[in-house]
Amino acid sequence: MSKIICSAAIRGAHKIVDMAEESYEAALKNYGADKEVAFPNTAYFLPIIYSMLGAKVEKIGDMKDIFQECRTLLPELVSDSVWLPYLGPALDAGMATFFAEEMFEAIRYLDHPNMYTATEDPTDDNIWLGAADDVIFRKRGVEFVDGSAPGFAAILGTPDDKEIASKIALELQEKNLYIFMHDKGSNGKSISNQLVANDVQVGWNTRLVPFGESYTSAVFAIGFACRVAMAFGGIKPGDALANLLYNKDRTFAFVMAFGEVTDEWYANAAGAINWGFPTISDHDIPEVLPTGVCTYEHVVSNVPHDEIVQKAIEVRGLKVNVAKIDIPMSFGPAFEGERIRKDDLYMECGGGRTTGVEVLISKEMDEIVDGEVTLEGPDICDIKQGQNLPIGILVEVAGREMQSDFEPILERQFHHLMNYVQGIMHIGQRDIMWIRIGHGAVEKGFSFKHLGTVLHGKLHQEFGAILDKVQVKIYTIQEKVEEVMDIAKKVYGERDLRLGNMTDESEEVFYSCTLCQSFAPSHVCVITPERVGMCGAYNWLDGKASYQINPTGPNQPIAKGTCTDELMGDFEGINDFVNQASRGAVPAVSCYSLMNNPMTACGCFEAIAAMLPQCNGIMVVNRDHRGMTPSGMKFTSLAGMAGGGAQTPGFMGVSKHFMTSKKVFLADGGLKRICWLPKMLKDEIAEKLMQRCEEMGMPEFFDMIATEEQGETEEEILAFLKEKGHPCLEMEAAV
Amino acid sequence: MATRNECEGCADMTCASSKLVLEQDIAKDVRTAYDRIEARGMAACLFGSSGTCCRNCNMGPCQIIDGVEDMVGVCGATADTVAARNFARTVAAGASAHGDHAREMVKGFIETAKGNTPHEIKDVEKLHSLAQVFDVEVEGRDKNEIALELGEIALSQFGSQTDEPLIMLKRAPEKRQKVWKELGVEPRGVDREVVEVMHRTHMGVDQEYKNITLQSSRCSLADGWGSSMLSTELTDIMFGTPVPRRAQVDLGVLKEDMVNVTVHGHEPLLAESLCLAAQDEEMIALAKKQGAKGINLAGVCCTGNEILMRRGIPVAAGYIQQEMALATGAIEAMVVDVQCIMQSVGEITRNMHTDIITTNYRAKMPYGVHIPFEEHDALGSAKAILTKAIMNYKKRGKCFIPKDSKLDVMVGFSHETINYMLGGRFRKSYRPLNDNIMNGRIRGVGAIVGCDNFKVTDEAHIIIAKELIKNNILVVATGCAATALGRVGLCTPEAAKYCGDSLREVCETVGMPPVLHMGSCVDNSRILIALTAMVQEGGLGDDITDLPAIGTAPSWMSEKAVAIGHYFVSSGAQVVFQDLATTGSKAFHKYLTENMMEEYGAVWNVAKEPIDIAKKMIEAIESKREALGINKQGERVLMDMEMRRDLGGGGLTDVGCHGAE
Repeated sequence: MSKIICSAAIRGAHKIVDMAEESYEAALKNYGADKEVAFPNTAYFLPIIYSMLGAKVEKIGDMKDIFQECRTLLPELVSDSVWLPYLGPALDAGMATFFAEEMFEAIRYLDHPNMYTATEDPTDDNIWLGAADDVIFRKRGVEFVDGSAPGFAAILGTPDDKEIASKIALELQEKNLYIFMHDKGSNGKSISNQLVANDVQVGWNTRLVPFGESYTSAVFAIGFACRVAMAFGGIKPGDALANLLYNKDRTFAFVMAFGEVTDEWYANAAGAINWGFPTISDHDIPEVLPTGVCTYEHVVSNVPHDEIVQKAIEVRGLKVNVAKIDIPMSFGPAFEGERIRKDDLYMECGGGRTTGVEVLISKEMDEIVDGEVTLEGPDICDIKQGQNLPIGILVEVAGREMQSDFEPILERQFHHLMNYVQGIMHIGQRDIMWIRIGHGAVEKGFSFKHLGTVLHGKLHQEFGAILDKVQVKIYTIQEKVEEVMDIAKKVYGERDLRLGNMTDESEEVFYSCTLCQSFAPSHVCVITPERVGMCGAYNWLDGKASYQINPTGPNQPIAKGTCTDELMGDFEGINDFVNQASRGAVPAVSCYSLMNNPMTACGCFEAIAAMLPQCNGIMVVNRDHRGMTPSGMKFTSLAGMAGGGAQTPGFMGVSKHFMTSKKVFLADGGLKRICWLPKMLKDEIAEKLMQRCEEMGMPEFFDMIATEEQGETEEEILAFLKEKGHPCLEMEAAV
Repeated sequence: MATRNECEGCADMTCASSKLVLEQDIAKDVRTAYDRIEARGMAACLFGSSGTCCRNCNMGPCQIIDGVEDMVGVCGATADTVAARNFARTVAAGASAHGDHAREMVKGFIETAKGNTPHEIKDVEKLHSLAQVFDVEVEGRDKNEIALELGEIALSQFGSQTDEPLIMLKRAPEKRQKVWKELGVEPRGVDREVVEVMHRTHMGVDQEYKNITLQSSRCSLADGWGSSMLSTELTDIMFGTPVPRRAQVDLGVLKEDMVNVTVHGHEPLLAESLCLAAQDEEMIALAKKQGAKGINLAGVCCTGNEILMRRGIPVAAGYIQQEMALATGAIEAMVVDVQCIMQSVGEITRNMHTDIITTNYRAKMPYGVHIPFEEHDALGSAKAILTKAIMNYKKRGKCFIPKDSKLDVMVGFSHETINYMLGGRFRKSYRPLNDNIMNGRIRGVGAIVGCDNFKVTDEAHIIIAKELIKNNILVVATGCAATALGRVGLCTPEAAKYCGDSLREVCETVGMPPVLHMGSCVDNSRILIALTAMVQEGGLGDDITDLPAIGTAPSWMSEKAVAIGHYFVSSGAQVVFQDLATTGSKAFHKYLTENMMEEYGAVWNVAKEPIDIAKKMIEAIESKREALGINKQGERVLMDMEMRRDLGGGGLTDVGCHGAE
């Protein structure tokens, strides 16, 4: 019965291409062929068109060829009798649909600049976010890469009942999926509005993303997938098949349609099948069960609402390992970014309001009763709304494989683990931690002890290889909290001393990191004690612990071997490893150089360093900086130069933390080569940066580093550097 | 019409349009093959039909009886030797027909590349992909330049005297290439292998049946992977690779008010030129001047299939109906080239307005009018031929066209079409086919190919096809077998209703008929390419012999069918025929039907009744499925992050510090 589906999809595609072409003709008349068109802040142009055809649509005039391509792809309508085979043509029609919709949306950005918020969260008067810009994309992309988000559900329409809509969204969140929301259904409602009406927080932070109010916004979801393949998978623009197969194998996405399915929806669903994304519908439409283009079924229908999430992930062939944590609130990575705003707030601890501290220490096995969670002091049920409490969380662990080096790693998990609880917001760490408890959590019966349950359960689950026992003591009495604070301060001091003393010279083994390999198969990170992974998320100790936990996992020890050049950071062992791991593509890596054999990148770097030839200095731009840089490129364009597993001297992915390492760009002149940082980044690392300036005997150097306030062109920066007498001007020419 | 039926050795005529035409008064003087079988009044020669009559020297002819000591040949040749020699000569004759056909196509291709024909290089993508097979540089070169170099290398494959294997063998699965190498049956030159068969079967040369059959294999492979494949591929490049299109078949496609010109034979060069000429305004005006509304081209036999596949031009008749087509009295000219043209057609038209126009110097006949088809003046020749036909229109007397006898067919299932229709331009592949074979929705693939034959019921193809699709086996068809299936509507997507549930589901998903019309008999090479693509897609073994696929030519008539059958078996694909002229030799017959399995992974099978043929095919497919281990319920694999990480693509499993030490 897929004749009905393919007929409708082809019909829908014709309508959509016609509509988009009309809007193109109008735009051509209104703006002229040379008018620039773009999705906001992206280096991937219109990403579906770019990834499938390799064509850059930069001006209205560029659309002409693409519409021609659409017309070539559009098959004739399916006849009533003696029809031509329609599966392949319907998939082509779906592709033409996406091309047309991307151009349609791009013109919409011109016609209605305020149609979408272009933010991570809805604004007061607009819930529709529009296409993810490269900042959001790269930030979220990391989650796809490291597995904390296995894929996405692209939702069209909504169940009638907002409770049911919310429940389905919650279930999808609990499977760690992103939920991309589009269009109104035949009931005239959109799931985004249903969720908002039911007080569910939507936005990128809760993975509930209201993309757009019409079906054409489906291209924002598919375009996201295309970009993942290009940015992390190293798939070249125009290599359509590789991109489609990459997504079929690695991005576990599907379309979920509620209510009547229109021709236009069918056209979009047919397009998605090209990527291996099947459609699951609650409506009584035909099914397409034979397999082949998608991994399993292509269209499954008439699925009841209480089974639809389960069915969807089964049809897509996804396994989500969710550990059940026995607390009354929902729990999972999807809730990590949820905020507790003023109106949602029930009470809070720490964060300057009260004393707050959290610490993890290791003990002997016999000193710990595994699973014991104690609370001393008042619980939520004992207080009124708005009554804040001090908090001290002391986690004691023991294990045969436990080392004190692992303590900070385990402790660092507290932040995201507590954030995983729906209705709880955790900020900061150590003695500046801050917990906000929302109404939602309290209504579900939150107790402080649940924090203990979470920490016990998840630490066991994730670090079972190194620890055997976990007990959690929570205090909400000032006097007891002070006691924990004393212990904590002592532990912090010792820890910092040990970490501070750890250098690349003091350790014989570095670690590789291929955590991203599910998405970026050709890249290998080398993490040293003084060079944290470029994603900023994994340092040398993480690598060590990870190896201990999973000896065949993504972090492998590399014996660094003989150092052949201390300044460059050339190590025989590292070179052998990288050479082998890259199958000879990258024969050598100089750990401390930007200009000579720089380290490759997967694409999920926090920042990018680039050489400015006129200034003879290095600029570093962080992912969140949307503006222009003196290199003449924005972050997004620079990312294209540094990513993809290739070595491009003069361009390199780095973590923000690396800026204050003693090894930063050592071969190129060190910290003194840095001449430009976005203000945002400079402020963020100011304290440590000043400290480094002092250490190198140039406290005035901090002020020699320009920001966008001094300029966004090399000429402006050069003038500033000359005025300040920046040391890079005196250095050997870098280029 | 009792005399036309129930004669000895002749099955019932069941084809409705044939019966209807022959019942008419105007057909009363038309003697068809059915009549001649009866008139001959004798059964086929036993020695001839069991393969043990030897006429290879003038000491004989000798009739050999296996197992009777005194009944060996005068020279001492045994039944096995004689039957193997006869079999080899049949293969050689069939292969030579394809070879000569292909040579003409290659020469036409070269002339087209030089700009000396009205045709052009149409499928540049296919030109490039074939150029790659032949190591012809494509980068930055004009299509005609590439085509010329490709064509010249292709032509050299015919007369090659080196011991290098034919270039296109490398398109076969690697394992198959190894089998051929080990057996020493890699063909070297298309013509050479025919010559070597003739030499080795000459009196007193090769007298060991297995050794003779090695050369039969080599000669047949030179056909399948050599000449036939060259013909198909170059014809596609020149005239366009077939894409799905609607057309019609059966005698009802003839038109009362138009000049009916049927093209009969095998080579599309002539037919394509006729197609161009028939669109010529001058020709149409001439037809109108004669009182016709226009020119109606229709195909007969495999020329028909060639233009049906590429242009959607209707096919009036298969081999068996060529006489019935003339009996309508509605045909102004039957233009013939080579192969499968009954001599009777000349006789039939003696007293009719119809001309049999022979066009090839190789093929003339009594009562035929010869207008040579000149390659260098293709359009001019075509116009001369058409003019002759048009001028006959006014002479047309009473005619009878069975108007209702026409059915829609969906044609154009080249390898490229199959690939495309399963995934569109971006995801085209054989994956959905393999996937659904693996999950059992499609049990396997059955090829129904070959001729029509009066020996078996007209419905043989239909009975087999219906039985196969009912059992969820996808059918591919070529040649007159395809025309027969088209005549009953099996080549339309609506025919999915005859399928078992699961095949129907797949047909409905793709929108395809359960019987895929792949073209003419020379296009059986498309099936070789499709089988190879299935192997390469993965999941169904690593050689053609592993595939749940089998072919049949249930009504085979021409020697070409034996050549085709043997290149399939030598390529690892089993075939079932209704009979084989080898039964008079015990060891050789057993070798073909049993022992070849050890060497080639496939054998010849024989089954007389269509339904038994179908059952044998189903059995063979099921046993291949069993051997592949795909009859078990496949498990749904749900992937977690770790499994995705292990997908590979430059994984690090072999480096780093992990491992035993």
